[in-house]
Amino acid sequence: MGKIRTPYLLLLPGFAFLFTFFILPIINLAQTSTQTKIAGGDTGQYEQTLRFANYVDAFVDNKEQFGRSFLYAIIATVLALAIAYPLAYAIAFKSGKYKNVLLVLVVAPFFTSFLLRTIAWKQILGEEGFLVPTLRTLGIISENTTLTSTSFAVVMGMTYNFLPFMTLPLYASIDRIDPRTLEASGDLYANGYTTFRKVTLPLSMPGVVAGTLLTFIPAAGDYVNAAILGNPNTKMLGNVIESRYFKIVDYPTAAALSFTLMAAILILVTLYIRKAGTEELV
Amino acid sequence: MAKASIEARGDLRLTRLTKTYGDFTAVDDLSLTIPKGSFFALLGPSGCGKTTTLRMIAGLEEPTAGSIHLGETDITTTKPYQRPINTVFQNYALFPHLTIFENIAFGLRRRGQKDVKEAVDKVLNLVELPHLAQRKPTQLSGGQQQRIALARAIVNRPALLLLDEPLGALDLKLRRQMQIELKWIQKEVGLTFVHVTHDQEEAMTMADTIAVMNEGQIEQMGSPAELYDNPETAYVANFLGQSNLIKGTISGNDGDSHIVDLYGQKISLPKNRSHAVDNSTYAGIRPEKFRISLLDTPVKGNVLSGGHIEDVSYIGVSTQYQVEMPWGQELMVFEQNDDGVAPFNKGDAVNISWEPAFTFALRGDEDATAGSEVEPEVLDEE
Amino acid sequence: MSHKIKDATIPTIPLGARIQRWVGRNLIRIYAVIAFTYLFIPVAYTFAFSFNDSGKSNLIWKGFTLGNWQNPCGAPEVCSALGNSIKIGFLATFFSTILGTMIAFAIGRHKFKGRSTSNLLIFLPMATPEIVMGASLLSLFLVFKINPGFWPTVIAHIVFCISFVVVTVKARIASLDPRLEQAAMDLYANEFETFRRVTLPLVAPGIAGAALLAFSLSFDDFIITNFNSGTLTTFPKFIYVSAARGIPAQANVIGSAMFFLALTIVIVGQLVNRRKVR
Repeated sequence: MGKIRTPYLLLLPGFAFLFTFFILPIINLAQTSTQTKIAGGDTGQYEQTLRFANYVDAFVDNKEQFGRSFLYAIIATVLALAIAYPLAYAIAFKSGKYKNVLLVLVVAPFFTSFLLRTIAWKQILGEEGFLVPTLRTLGIISENTTLTSTSFAVVMGMTYNFLPFMTLPLYASIDRIDPRTLEASGDLYANGYTTFRKVTLPLSMPGVVAGTLLTFIPAAGDYVNAAILGNPNTKMLGNVIESRYFKIVDYPTAAALSFTLMAAILILVTLYIRKAGTEELV
Repeated sequence: MAKASIEARGDLRLTRLTKTYGDFTAVDDLSLTIPKGSFFALLGPSGCGKTTTLRMIAGLEEPTAGSIHLGETDITTTKPYQRPINTVFQNYALFPHLTIFENIAFGLRRRGQKDVKEAVDKVLNLVELPHLAQRKPTQLSGGQQQRIALARAIVNRPALLLLDEPLGALDLKLRRQMQIELKWIQKEVGLTFVHVTHDQEEAMTMADTIAVMNEGQIEQMGSPAELYDNPETAYVANFLGQSNLIKGTISGNDGDSHIVDLYGQKISLPKNRSHAVDNSTYAGIRPEKFRISLLDTPVKGNVLSGGHIEDVSYIGVSTQYQVEMPWGQELMVFEQNDDGVAPFNKGDAVNISWEPAFTFALRGDEDATAGSEVEPEVLDEE
Repeated sequence: MSHKIKDATIPTIPLGARIQRWVGRNLIRIYAVIAFTYLFIPVAYTFAFSFNDSGKSNLIWKGFTLGNWQNPCGAPEVCSALGNSIKIGFLATFFSTILGTMIAFAIGRHKFKGRSTSNLLIFLPMATPEIVMGASLLSLFLVFKINPGFWPTVIAHIVFCISFVVVTVKARIASLDPRLEQAAMDLYANEFETFRRVTLPLVAPGIAGAALLAFSLSFDDFIITNFNSGTLTTFPKFIYVSAARGIPAQANVIGSAMFFLALTIVIVGQLVNRRKVR
């Protein structure tokens, strides 16, 4: 009898906490999203009118930022995957006794505040940095091309910031592959490319899925990279939500946007998991 | 070029093959020819270089020097997938994400072969597992996985099939059964098999020719019977079965025989079974070749007298005796229990006798214990 | 029988094939070096500019000084922000580790009704964009007329840390050989003793790792903090706010010091672990 109760007792405090401070707020956010301004009320005073048109308004007003959020997030995720996959592969199969050292090195940049690193990129890519003059001298970019405050900088910053989130799960699943299966593939007449496509990639799929999710979700909701590395034309949904909350104090629109963002992410993620065909996420 | 190598057929020829890792020499100047259609075993303890040799043949390791030819084609530097060679891997290396059918079809599809289904079904029947085609490898038992690994390799009809400790992960009973089956399949499909193992019994059961490897070199090569009856070195004498090696001096000749003095007692042995280079030698006799007799019983052939029984172990088909000789050495004797009871007891004073023709002679400067205390099986060697 | 052909020369592998194979084999290593360079450029930049004799705005290199390291609290507010971040980090780590570890044991060690729902509840916070989580919590606090500040920030941090603790500890529990616990019971340890003497010591490295992860997540968080901290300044918030008018070099000092401190902790932890294994 005690055995049946044990798991519930263990879960109770944590889940009570998560219910109060995660589930309730989401429900509350849902309520807020359909409120409207009280006629003649002060700034920030709203009443529940179940106005679902808030969603339509919020989406129509910000469809540009909405699209940009997903576009940037998808590009950053694909770039991070392209950069991280060979890196994770190298750590798993080619690093010998330095494996643990290299794993620490992947996480190590995290130990410096990500804001400091993002600002470092701003300055490295900036007019006073060494990179832009060098590239101009080499003729790789033209005299009037700038790198900072561009969509390029925003996407690059996002790619950079989420790279370890991509690398670690990829490493975990590549490391589990028995190297003999790769040898067996070569033995059975598959060249390097075919071995990758038919054996390595399918076997590392759980890592690819976990890594792309861990990158895509925060990237789609991010606004810090856009705020620091971008310009007014690279604003993402996160920037809009932030300013609706703090500058305009338009809670219903901010809530509706948050919900739309979350719903869109969940739909995309569900479709993606279906397609990738893996269920072991947590 | 790739096309040519993948269609190569014929004998496998290793010429002065060498592989070093830093200061360590895994394979040392090895030359060897494996005739087409034979069942060849590379036998040796962990770390003797047999797996490295196999991996170089497969193309998974690059030789430091030397060359590998298949028939007239040089395949030393071709990629694994350009060689008409397939491997049954240690622990099988089945693709966990593919069904059994797709595992077996893998090589055929890569080579763009038609009638994949027909070929796969046929080989599944050969290994007697046609009902498992749609399973995943993890749903199979060890013995079944082993057969699928074999099927996945032979379905490609390679010029050469490499088996890397293929039975190492199976239990004893299953291993015996698979040994017989592998031998049968080799006859059935007529491929050249190169088999790497540390298990001398396995090598002797299956192979036509065995090469005993030690420290990256071949100690001796020959049929199982040749190696067992006439080992050239102490290492081979001890690694294949057990041997009694008795220090002695060649003191004279008698026709086709040497007369050898073993601690004051004279015995004879055939000259053509002597590998000694000077007068100093070790006389070698297998334990089952010895006969024990009480002091007053007349005996023929070579005799060593003055022994007494130190220990008796009844094994069932045979009885093993340890006989202490006057010079302090303990000799091992296996007597068949074909006449019922074990007739000797601990403490009996006995003579030991044997047919002179069963004696072999090694160089006197050898280490008589070489090969007898190599560590037991360690998988995943090298 | 001789197996050696003593007279023949050893056939060698053509140089071209060798070079091709070397490049083929090492291409991925060369790539790894480039990738790591990319990862560390901003870290190195931050470290280098912690020595900049910059005055107020640390934008251009003006000369080398040790002054920033000798006086890390020299810039206004930077050390109070750091203090807040550390306090919040410790509290959030403490509570999220306890709550998360309990959940991990429940899910990892017991079969019960609602286990998959529990897994979902753990997964959801990780799948929720930070901005949504931050915004929703702020809305809740506003409804209950709770002013954003220190404790709301701690609560927010616990929320997003719990899931990561659960996942980390659960992985460790899953890798545990159940026979060890059975052996302990076989040797007369009751459930509690088994837990205390066998299970807990074996899971401890996982819990320590989870705590370290929770602290670094909390310490580095900006988005959720920005929503729930009101006028309270944390270290990331300090950097974000001062980014507009120039970040003092002291921030680089603290960022770099944190980097080396965390690296030391991880390396020492790994060494201790390795010794224990021996």
